[in-house]
Amino acid sequence: MVGIVSYGAYIPRYRIKVSDIARVWGKDGEHVSQGLRVKEKAVAAIDEDSCTIAVETAKQALGRADIDPRNIGAIFVGSESKPFAVNPSASTVAEAIGAVPNVTGADLEFACKAGTAGMQAVYGMVKSKMIKYGMAIGADTAQGKPNDALEFTAASGGAAFIIGDQNVIAELEDTCSFSTDTPDFWRRAHQEFPEHGGRFTAEPAYYKHVIGAAEMLREKMGFDYDDFDHVVFHQPNGKFPLRAAKKLKIPFEKLSAGYISPVVGNTYSGNVPLALSAVLDIAKPGEKILVVSYGSGAGSDAFSFKVTPNIKKVRKAPFVKDFIEDKVYIDYAIYAKFRKKIKSI
Amino acid sequence: MGENLPLVWRKMPERYRLVGSKCLNCGRIYFPRRKICPHCRRKGKIVDIKMPEKGKIYSFSEVHSAPPGFENELPYFVAIVELQNGIKLFSMLADSPRNKIRIGAPVKMVFRKITENDGKGIIAYGYKFKVL
Ligand SMILES: [Zn+2]
Repeated sequence: MVGIVSYGAYIPRYRIKVSDIARVWGKDGEHVSQGLRVKEKAVAAIDEDSCTIAVETAKQALGRADIDPRNIGAIFVGSESKPFAVNPSASTVAEAIGAVPNVTGADLEFACKAGTAGMQAVYGMVKSKMIKYGMAIGADTAQGKPNDALEFTAASGGAAFIIGDQNVIAELEDTCSFSTDTPDFWRRAHQEFPEHGGRFTAEPAYYKHVIGAAEMLREKMGFDYDDFDHVVFHQPNGKFPLRAAKKLKIPFEKLSAGYISPVVGNTYSGNVPLALSAVLDIAKPGEKILVVSYGSGAGSDAFSFKVTPNIKKVRKAPFVKDFIEDKVYIDYAIYAKFRKKIKSI
Repeated sequence: MGENLPLVWRKMPERYRLVGSKCLNCGRIYFPRRKICPHCRRKGKIVDIKMPEKGKIYSFSEVHSAPPGFENELPYFVAIVELQNGIKLFSMLADSPRNKIRIGAPVKMVFRKITENDGKGIIAYGYKFKVL
C-alpha cells in the first residue's frame, strides 16, 4: 500500500484583512470580502520566503513520524514564488532536514498545482520502488499586483507530504490529471507580478479542469461522490470551491474540514496541501478523502485517499487550526514592507 | 555588506540544522563546530552532533541601530539562547512580540532568511528562535 506516511503544515503568523487592502484602493471592503468569501489572508514575515516555508513544513512532517531523513530519496518543492530563478529550494530543504546527499529532487512550477504534481511524482517513484520515501511540498508567498483583484487573496503558507509504503496514514488509492493549455493566469520571466485573464479564469479554467479531473477519476475508479467523507477542491477564493461542489451535488459539510481560504487566503501551491493537512488533522480511520487541485495554465490533479488506523500515531500538534489561530494583524503599510511592495526594498 | 560565499556554504550544517561537535574522549559538546577539542587536544575525538531545537532565553537585547542589510527589520531582538543541553548560542528572535520576550522564556528554532546579500547574491538562510 502506497500513500501518505506523514505530513506537516505551516502558515506564517501575520494576517491582513481584505477590508484593509480594499480601503487603500478605495473599494468597499465588506463587499469585496463577501464576494470572494475571504475575510483575511496570511502574510509571510520579512525574513520568510517560499523556501523557509518549505523547510518548516518538511520539519513538521519529519517530526510527526519516526523516519530517518536519509531514507528520503526525492524532494520536490512546488512553488510559483521561488526566491531564486535558478538554484533549487529542494536542495535547501534536503540540507535543512539532513536528507543529503543521497537524494534527488527539483523545484516544480504549475501555478497553484505544483504541490500536488510533486505528490504524483513521488507516488510513482515509491510505487516503482525507486525510492523508499519521497517528499512533496507545496509552498508559496504568493504576490498579487497592488490594486489587482488577486491582491485580496494571494497568501503565504504551505504543507509537505512524505509518501511511502510503510505505516501509511492515508492510502493513495488512485490519481489522475486533467490538463490543457489554457492561458488564464501567467507571470513572464523577470516580471514581479502575475497577469490574469479576468473573467476568463472561472468557467473555461477552474471549473472545467476541477470538474473534469473529478469526473475523470470517478469514471476511472467507478465511485460515487457520496462515498467520500471529505472533499478538498482548490480554493483560489472562498467562492469557487463551493460552486464546484454544488455542480457535483456535494454538500458543504464534506468541504468544511479543509475549507481554509476564508481565513488564510489562497496559498497557491500550498493551498490544496494545506487544506488536505487540515482534513488529515481530524480524519478518522476508514474515512475517504477526494482531493482536486487546480493550477492555471491549466490543469487539475485528482486523488482518492483512504485514511488508515495509523493516522492516530502521527496526530501531533501543531495542527492547521493552531496556525490559523496564532495570528497577528498587520496593516497595509507593514504588509507592503514585509512583501517588498515598496520599491526601495 | 554581504557574507562571503565560502563562509555561507561552510556554515550550512550549523545554521540549517544546528549541527555542533561532541568530543568522544571527554563528552564535551561544542557549538559552533570545532575541529579539535580544546580540553583533550590530541587525545580528543570530535564528531558531529545535532543540537536540540528548543531552549530558553538566557539574555536578550533590542536592536535599534542595525548593521548593513538589517535596517528594514528594525527594531528587532537578539538573544543568547540556552539550549536544552546547556549550550548557549547567539541568535536573532523571529515573530516574537515584545511582551513575550523575557529571560527564561521558552523558545524554539525556526528557519529564516538571515541576509539577502543585496538581492543579487546568495540568500543566507539559517536559524532564528521564536518565543513559544
Ligand atoms: Zn574532549
